Amino acid sequence: MTPLLERKLVFVTGKGGTGKTTVATALALLAASRGKRVLICEIDGKGELAGYYEGPPTAFKEKEVQPNLFAMTMDTEASLREYLKIQLRVPIVGRIGPVAKAFDFLAAAAPGVREILTVGKLCFEVRDKDWDMVVVDAPASGHIVGQLAAPQAVNGLVKVGLIRTQTDWMLDMLSDPAITGLLAVCTPEEMPVSETIELAARVREETTVQLAGVVVNRVLPELFGRQEEAVFEALSADAPMAELDGLVGGDAAPVLEAARLAVTMRRTRSTHLERLRAGIDPDVPMLYLPYLFTRSHGLRTTRQVAESLGEELGY
Amino acid sequence: MAARATRSRASEVDAPAPTMDSLLATKEIVVACGPGGVGKTTTAAASALMAAVNHGSKVLVLTVDPAKRLANALGLDGIGNAEHRVPNSAFKAAGVKPRGELWAAMLDTKESWDSLIRHHAPDEQTRDEILANPLYQNISGRFIQSHDYIAMERLYEIHLSAEYDLIVVDTPPTRNALDFLDAPERMADFFSSRLLRWLIVPYRSKLVNVATKPFYQISDRILGTEFMSDISEFFILFQTMYDGFVERSKSVGRLLSDRRTTFVVVSTLEATPLREAEFFAEQLTERKLHLGAIILNKVLPDYLQGRAGTKVAEAMKDRAEDLAAELAPLVAASDSALGDPAQIARVLSEVADSYLNFQIVAIREMEERSTLAVTPDVLATVPFFDTDIYDLSGLLRLGEQIWG
Repeated sequence: MTPLLERKLVFVTGKGGTGKTTVATALALLAASRGKRVLICEIDGKGELAGYYEGPPTAFKEKEVQPNLFAMTMDTEASLREYLKIQLRVPIVGRIGPVAKAFDFLAAAAPGVREILTVGKLCFEVRDKDWDMVVVDAPASGHIVGQLAAPQAVNGLVKVGLIRTQTDWMLDMLSDPAITGLLAVCTPEEMPVSETIELAARVREETTVQLAGVVVNRVLPELFGRQEEAVFEALSADAPMAELDGLVGGDAAPVLEAARLAVTMRRTRSTHLERLRAGIDPDVPMLYLPYLFTRSHGLRTTRQVAESLGEELGY
Repeated sequence: MAARATRSRASEVDAPAPTMDSLLATKEIVVACGPGGVGKTTTAAASALMAAVNHGSKVLVLTVDPAKRLANALGLDGIGNAEHRVPNSAFKAAGVKPRGELWAAMLDTKESWDSLIRHHAPDEQTRDEILANPLYQNISGRFIQSHDYIAMERLYEIHLSAEYDLIVVDTPPTRNALDFLDAPERMADFFSSRLLRWLIVPYRSKLVNVATKPFYQISDRILGTEFMSDISEFFILFQTMYDGFVERSKSVGRLLSDRRTTFVVVSTLEATPLREAEFFAEQLTERKLHLGAIILNKVLPDYLQGRAGTKVAEAMKDRAEDLAAELAPLVAASDSALGDPAQIARVLSEVADSYLNFQIVAIREMEERSTLAVTPDVLATVPFFDTDIYDLSGLLRLGEQIWG
């Protein structure tokens, strides 16, 4: 399988709340820090992407937010305008306003039009600009399949016309696992794991894009081995606890209680991890990112996640 | 029963602080909303369960995408759009005797769309043609935006059936938390739009109209004439249902702003979802919708915040070896194999580290809670549960925390 950082177009998706945007921004930062010229594009956002890099809000026109790293926010109307300008060279371009409005409407009515404008813009960036990598902070897992399957869907519905010829080359690019990949972000919890397994199956059946990896985010550290856990249980008995309280001059119960919580959490989560591993094609690499016990947000967190991701990828 | 009646009427005299208990006793529709991944579905189910147990009402929880085990707990496995009663045996197993009834239903988008078409189609032929139209199948099945509208539509339909005292509805994951609020209006706008009229004029006359000509020239070039006429055909069929649709969408919108409807915003105390939840709560107020409660879910336990705990943990870490030497005989007393001081020291230090780690997160959460930008009538905090919910007892345990 083509290594993640060698793909030119990587869609990052995941259930809401799993850290999809964090992973996408970290992946882009990692690639840029390794000397690649990277574009990161958020699809559904309103320009918050920059918060992950401590920069000003992003827009349709890309901005350099870190050395070698450019960020943009998708805007289907702007994408249409650009498309008409480049592809059609129609005289209407000067007064596109009402037409764009009409298309906005058509996009709501005709399935796949909005998705095509989004995917089309991304493919165009990969094909015609000199990016080494385009990272997409894609829609959540509930929506990504519709997005990635749009070129096929439109191909099925539209028999002729300009968009038909466009979807053909887009499909070629999306279907090439040496170029395009999907990265699914998940946490070791019941719903995210179920959704990821379901997503993997749908991506395989309904799209031509390859699942390039699953990121398991917020993995808790393992506190004890089996023998150590027995020691912990023995320590929690009345006599050692009373002794410990006296020795440290305070109530040690909350400290042990917190460890018990951590152990149970990890145990509950490890059953979900096993289910995930069993539900995903063994060829698909799993990347584990640790739970960050941190008080910071923004670039510092992005950098920490990028470092962990780098380690998982063997850099 | 009497206590509740007094509470709602004599609010000016001696109003007790509102709780989820009192909120659910006075409202008929509760919409649970908030960012993804915060436990919205579970919270909606737990609230409905508590209302069924404590109030003598017939309660329905309408879920969109429940976890498999939650669905099992509610008896929803493999069931489509229909409403099902949670059997008494499930309550018995959980050790409670409900005063009311709990019903549950799952939203099936495709099925709901189809039933909407069946309802509005003027005749059988139009109905069948629409249901078989590839564009319709794409819109209703593949493209998920229609989730937003259909969830609210289904809520309205169930409300109209007048079968329930209380309906708790879970909202679908949307690109934007507000999408479902705007969905009925968007749907109405869509069907009454002038642009839609353009699409449905007979194809031949399109190219002569001055206003629409540029639109068609470009559309045809991009999408192809054939696709454009497919679209036209679809909307010509759909046109027969406009009036019904527009009227219906408006009614759905009115229901959301009705006095009997309240919104419960669910979030965790993590920064990103919380900001989204705050924004959502502000938007509700701006739209004059009733913000009944904010439920903060998966909150780390209070004992992680104490400074006393910090001191103890630091002592355990710094003096791990000394402490282990003292504790070793006591530990060995329970099992001689466990008396290795070096191992005890490792355990003490791991335990302390873990406490200090989680404390960072707990303190950050407390800070987030204290700076919450909105003040709802009810603010409930639900602690982190270390296991998943797979039966009614688990759901009750969560519900007790919400109830107040």
